[in-house]
Amino acid sequence: MSRILPHPVLTLVITGIWLLLVNAFSLGALLLGLVIGVLVPLFTGPYWPGRPHIRHPLKILAYMGIVVWDIVVSNVQVAYLVLFRRGESLRSRFVTVPLELRTPEAISVLAGTITMTPGTVSADLSACGRSLLVHCLETDDPEGTVAQIKQRYERRLKEIFE
Amino acid sequence: MAFAIELLIAALLVIGAFFLLVGSIGLAKLPDMMRRLHGPTKATTLGIGAILIASMINAWTVRGFLSLHELLITIFLFLAAPITAYMIAKAHILHDRPTEEALPPTGTGAPWMTLSAPEGESIRDPNRESDRDGDGTTSQRA
Repeated sequence: MSRILPHPVLTLVITGIWLLLVNAFSLGALLLGLVIGVLVPLFTGPYWPGRPHIRHPLKILAYMGIVVWDIVVSNVQVAYLVLFRRGESLRSRFVTVPLELRTPEAISVLAGTITMTPGTVSADLSACGRSLLVHCLETDDPEGTVAQIKQRYERRLKEIFE
Repeated sequence: MAFAIELLIAALLVIGAFFLLVGSIGLAKLPDMMRRLHGPTKATTLGIGAILIASMINAWTVRGFLSLHELLITIFLFLAAPITAYMIAKAHILHDRPTEEALPPTGTGAPWMTLSAPEGESIRDPNRESDRDGDGTTSQRA
């Protein structure tokens, strides 16, 4: 099992993306996608030494829902800031988010989420991988922003990945 | 019914165009590099998202098939945009002395990854004068 399918999740992802690229469902496309999905992990296996363990796949959907909702809400807030405030008057600053997440996949998802939700951009990781540098467009309450990131995103990612 | 769907598609297109415009205005208007980075990263989320949803509704109702290419575009954007922003931010931290000095501590004792050089090497190019003088005009140099 593990020799033929070293990375079953990647196989499914590649097959799914192949079907999306073809943009029409047919048995031939599914079979070709499966062949690619089996072969690519076989050949690239040495580059993927670690396997991310996803403990609660269903919680990914809930997480995506929350992120999409936050994107919509905070886009409106940031649009207001951009249009009606002078750039110099924005209280922008860097904040440090101490991380409890340890797996690289979880930290990548958290950093990506922070960047995609407007108002915050993740800028750097500490050399030991235990804190994240985040730039906030407008904040009077850095501790509150950090607490919100930890409560809203990091806690959920910890449940999914660790 | 057809009118309602066309109205919905048109509304989504206008919403998407509005947020893309706001993102571009932010990119042009905001005063420094790190703040400017907020513009394009948000334009890709809601702005392009709304236009892609409009495209999917249009393909499904008007042209009569389910188009999923838009999902792929979303996936690739959500992969590419944060990484691009991250690399730009890292390059900016490395090249802009005032920004570097304004960084908060990591709180763990280790330096930020961008500013930690491998053993025996320097992160700065000693031949470049501009690496040393912090002239404060970050937006001009960025």
